[in-house]
Amino acid sequence: MAYEGEDKILEEVTGKAYEFGFTTDIDSDKAPAGLNENIIRLISSKKNEPEWLLEWRLKAFRTWEDMTEPEWSHLQYEKPDFQAISYYAAPKQKKVLASMDEVDPELRKTMDKLGISLEEQKRLSGVAVDFVMDSVSVATSFKDKLADLGIIFCSMSEAVQEHPELVKKYIGSVVPVRDNYYSALNAAVFTDGSFCYIPKGVKCPMELSTYFRINESGTGQFERTLLIADEGSYVSYLEGCTAPQRDENQLHAAVVELVALDDSEIKYSTVQNWYPGDEKGKGGVYNFVTKRGICHARSKISWTQVETGSAVTWKYPSCVLKGDDSVGEFYSVAVTNNMQQADTGTKMIHLGKRTRSTIISKGISAGKSQNSYRGLVQIMPNADHARNFSQCDSLLMTDRCGAHTFPYIETKNPTAQVEHEATTSKIGEDQIFYCLQRGIEEEQAISLIVNGYAKEVLNKLPMEFAVEAQKLLAISLEGSVG
Amino acid sequence: MLTIKNLHAQVEDTAILKGLDLEIGPGEVHAIMGPNGSGKSTLASVLAGREDYEVTAGSIDFDGTDLLELDASERAREGLFLAFQYPVEIPGVSNLNFMKAAINAKRENQGLDAISAKDFLALVEEKSALVELSGRLRDRSVNEGFSGGEKKRNEIFQMAMLEPKMAVLDETDSGLDIDALRIVSEGVNAMRHEGRSFLVITHYQRLLDHIVPDHVHVLSDGQIVKSGPKELAFELEAKGYDWIKEETA
Repeated sequence: MAYEGEDKILEEVTGKAYEFGFTTDIDSDKAPAGLNENIIRLISSKKNEPEWLLEWRLKAFRTWEDMTEPEWSHLQYEKPDFQAISYYAAPKQKKVLASMDEVDPELRKTMDKLGISLEEQKRLSGVAVDFVMDSVSVATSFKDKLADLGIIFCSMSEAVQEHPELVKKYIGSVVPVRDNYYSALNAAVFTDGSFCYIPKGVKCPMELSTYFRINESGTGQFERTLLIADEGSYVSYLEGCTAPQRDENQLHAAVVELVALDDSEIKYSTVQNWYPGDEKGKGGVYNFVTKRGICHARSKISWTQVETGSAVTWKYPSCVLKGDDSVGEFYSVAVTNNMQQADTGTKMIHLGKRTRSTIISKGISAGKSQNSYRGLVQIMPNADHARNFSQCDSLLMTDRCGAHTFPYIETKNPTAQVEHEATTSKIGEDQIFYCLQRGIEEEQAISLIVNGYAKEVLNKLPMEFAVEAQKLLAISLEGSVG
Repeated sequence: MLTIKNLHAQVEDTAILKGLDLEIGPGEVHAIMGPNGSGKSTLASVLAGREDYEVTAGSIDFDGTDLLELDASERAREGLFLAFQYPVEIPGVSNLNFMKAAINAKRENQGLDAISAKDFLALVEEKSALVELSGRLRDRSVNEGFSGGEKKRNEIFQMAMLEPKMAVLDETDSGLDIDALRIVSEGVNAMRHEGRSFLVITHYQRLLDHIVPDHVHVLSDGQIVKSGPKELAFELEAKGYDWIKEETA
């Protein structure tokens, strides 16, 4: 049964307050607030970076200074004050650890609450965790096992030191610095993130997993992830996020770049549960992320995302289908409740011949939230016989929320086939009553129905993530029907 | 088991039940027949606790409990089951997970631990045999893509799984072909038990050839206007409902 554990999850879903709203009290090495060239030099020197990377950052900063924040989204939010943010915070934990037992007890506690204690992770075979707290990677496991296969899985900082040739070759190659306002900002000030390289022909034997966590009050988080699948390789990568409860808005502007070389496959899964703000919309994380992958010949990239958190979500994981016969997929569940706003979707850019893409988007709106799907399917002149199928469904939980769909289709090749389907429905009172009549409580009924609605996407997630995702959907929608 | 006294109920200010009295003892099977619009399905909905139906007067005692004090899911957990006239589809939710959630909700109510996977599967095997529900149907999403007959069989399967004290069958025979009618009826008959009562709501006497009732009641304009033994159903089939209206007018 695919949903073993569902009952357990549903039992656990009781607390109404944001469950992961705790903060860890660890001394931080923190830069003063503000953004200027000196701060960038400080970040670069703290991280002992090579000259070329500092130059790249400075160039990005100058580019960013000339740009203005875009306003085309279906979102309303207070623009961040970039001078009030501290751009560097590293947990003070200088010593190299001989074993996991030496990890700061406070940190261990945080990881326990997140359900990813390292003992557990060590014991559970199959998942290597690169745990990011604020901006510096704290503990990395399974590295030796991966190293035997030639797989590199480390923090971006470490990759800059140990594998500068790969970083230099690929950083900014998929998301150019000047791609957008936030990608330029990220290039200037990113402090860490994950780096992954799968060598030719290697099938990564375990799910690679990174937990992000914003931990330092007032610290913007600018992660940068670079994942390269060399020819004929395969990797499944998981990214999960939770954040402590905050009263001020926290900005998260990450960049994720995926490179799928010929005949390779990348599965990239995200479960995002950042603090969404309280019922009035106070507090909560701003999630402005640029995620994009490039597919070379016969390669495949699948994005799967479950978005339940953040006050404002603005992201479009995209695929550039450059190589002939390459495949791009996007599976998304986006939940908004209370005053949350989400403007999310994907871009599928078909450049190569016979390229194929699939988009399945499931929006769930509750409370007074606004949930928008925005997707671009672009078939370029050389993309003979390219195909796309898009399905965008919206589920409304109340009559005060909004669901919007903005599909953009541009076809410049007459042999292309593009299909778009969209539905909007309100959660069925008949369905809820049917569950009630079988003795199932309303909250659980909603959870069952919503998880059923989103199943097509949840099924794309690796098992343990699917379980976590179901839990998040249930938590996010408690008391939300009306 | 179930004692209904002077029940009045309305939907959006339209009175539908107008002083209904009914007493069903333990282990008894009662049939309610009546023309369209007489209030048969309203009675089923009121018993199950559907919120759109407002009870304006009267009382319902369910095995010593004031039924009207309980919400719909509490009534179900106390052992009241409604086989729906139009079973609802729940896409993406497997039939078995749905049943497991229902069984565990009831067990929790009784202070029992969740059912073990082994016991659950054994129960599924046993009960699905009653209504010839194939593995294919059990594993599919709740009622999704089921034919009319399959949906009704699934209702009886669910009833068998939940082992209610009182089952209300709301026009379970509608849309059934002869074979499905036989399978459904045999499933119900297999569940007849001294501690379990049935209220069978139907238009047609043919269901009562298979599920033979102890008592037959005629509902007209929100009231029970005639009650009798099972032979009353034949009389109704032969004469229609008009003679009763005339008789009681």
